Amino acid sequence: MTKNFEDHDSNNLIPRNDEFGLSKAEQDSKFIADQAPAPLLKQLLGFWVTFKSMFKKVNTVQYPEVKEPTAPRFHGRHQLNRHPDGLEKCIGCELCAWACPADAIYVEGADNKPNENYSPGERYGKVYQINYLRCIFCGLCIEACPTRALTMTNEYELADDQRGKLIFEKEDLLAPLRNGMVKPPHPMYPNTTDENYYRGEVTSAHPSQGTVNND
Amino acid sequence: MINSKGMVAQLLGQDPGWVIALKGLLIFIFCVVLTIMAVWGERRIVARMQMRLGPNRVGIFGIIQGLADGVKLALKEDLIPKTADKIVFIIAPIISATTCFMAFAVIPLTGEVSFFGHKTVMQLTDLPVGVLYVLAIASVGVYGIVLAGWSSGSTYPLLGGLRSSAQVISYEVAMALSLVAVFIYAGSMSTSDIVVAQDRWWYAVILFPSFAIYCISMVGETNRAPFDLAEAEGELVGGFHTEYSSLKFALFFLAEYINILAVSSLATTLFLGGYRAFPGLGFTETWLGGWFTLFWFFAKVLIFFFVFVWLRGTLPRLRYDQFMQFGWKTLIPVSLAWILIVSTLRVMSDQGAPQYLIFGFAFAVVLIYLVISNYSDNAKAKLATDYKNFTPENPEFPIPISNRTEQVIQIRDEAKK
Repeated sequence: MTKNFEDHDSNNLIPRNDEFGLSKAEQDSKFIADQAPAPLLKQLLGFWVTFKSMFKKVNTVQYPEVKEPTAPRFHGRHQLNRHPDGLEKCIGCELCAWACPADAIYVEGADNKPNENYSPGERYGKVYQINYLRCIFCGLCIEACPTRALTMTNEYELADDQRGKLIFEKEDLLAPLRNGMVKPPHPMYPNTTDENYYRGEVTSAHPSQGTVNND
Repeated sequence: MINSKGMVAQLLGQDPGWVIALKGLLIFIFCVVLTIMAVWGERRIVARMQMRLGPNRVGIFGIIQGLADGVKLALKEDLIPKTADKIVFIIAPIISATTCFMAFAVIPLTGEVSFFGHKTVMQLTDLPVGVLYVLAIASVGVYGIVLAGWSSGSTYPLLGGLRSSAQVISYEVAMALSLVAVFIYAGSMSTSDIVVAQDRWWYAVILFPSFAIYCISMVGETNRAPFDLAEAEGELVGGFHTEYSSLKFALFFLAEYINILAVSSLATTLFLGGYRAFPGLGFTETWLGGWFTLFWFFAKVLIFFFVFVWLRGTLPRLRYDQFMQFGWKTLIPVSLAWILIVSTLRVMSDQGAPQYLIFGFAFAVVLIYLVISNYSDNAKAKLATDYKNFTPENPEFPIPISNRTEQVIQIRDEAKK
């Protein structure tokens, strides 16, 4: 992996300004009085350029009807992920809220009761709010999250007609329960600690944890 | 068929009152509807030139976008700034919007047609000095812009208004001068007579320099890109209409587009044979009882409108001093020289001068042009060589040392390598 990275010679990259002919323009950045004006016919060629482009393919995307996929790493709406057995990954540590430069995240943690866990380990996020009127989609919260509980989706349609509707609660942000997951609160997988969860050793729900979601 | 001068005036003299009223109403509706379509058309065409689609949501192809915009503007809050001179502030857009319609009164839209059984032409009135009337009305229209700029009580509108007045005054001179050649050839200032006089050749062909000057100055006259210095959204926010909102702004908007159509119609009438068909299609003029001539008139006006849009899509805005320089130092002298040539030729042919004298005169004119252009080219070349030989390290006169000087030295040194 690292070797490949070193092999990637920076000389192989085409500088952006070459692509757009800017470096070429810089080469002829002579003093303006040294450049004779183009002959009249050549100046009039500009009209042909605009006329010609009337018949070119337009770049417009008919947005609400046609939606183009975003870039794979587009910073969209957040999502709170789950472990494979349905427990939430969020442990209510508030690191995301502290990392947030726009102060858009509010988290309140609480203690998990024995056998009624929301997340593996001691704590879980009881209240989790993201204010999308403040969020600048920088992704620092995702970098801060120690359990990979918070990630971003590609969803970008986040407009609404009331301010209140743009404060997303925990249930709005939580990933859906997939097949084979058990709706928390429920006990942890038998004979495991939170560390087993983080190492990815819990891959499915155990019958003792509760009824499995089978939509 | 109308084939002699003064016939239109005679026909119009027989119009009963109801025909005149109905024609006035029709011209008004025609202008407003055309404006609404023009706004949409312009946005669609400019969008295409920029590889966009433009408005395509309201109605089929977004065709009633202009109407929707109008309704939106009408429903908006109407603000009058505290520092504005209230009365003038309100009157200004009204002046702009009313005068622009008036120019259409003397434009002949069709040849002879049957209008509800009444034999007439689609022209509200025919004045012996019709074209001068159009010019006069266009100048009054500028009062709207100037007063709007002044009465807003704000800096940008004032600058816009001042620019606009300077602009329209300078370009109107060139515009009027370009029309003189037409008057000389047509022997009349009446719009309908000028159309009649173009039965064989359009004046755009035989008076091409006049046509070119008119086309340039009409863009300046209507404050359109690349001469839209009065609005100049990049430098003056919106120019004279910065402080305007709601219906008052809509009136300015309407006035701008009707002005475009008015100058285009005038150009069509004076240079492109008005309602007459394109060359070789003269038989179409009698179709639909003569109403088909309206189509030809429309076609020509819309071609002009397309050119207006095309200019906007292609050219950047001129710098103010270059714009004025172009008007006063190029357009006006060229028009004056052209008028001299045309009137001399006209007098010569009227007085029955021998052919060789006429050709000799034309030859002399070409020769003089070549000599003058040679001189100006030489002057330009000398300026360029002077500039090249200019040494910032050791100037003949003291110049302040600045970054710019250092840059020049650097560029020069690099060029020498």
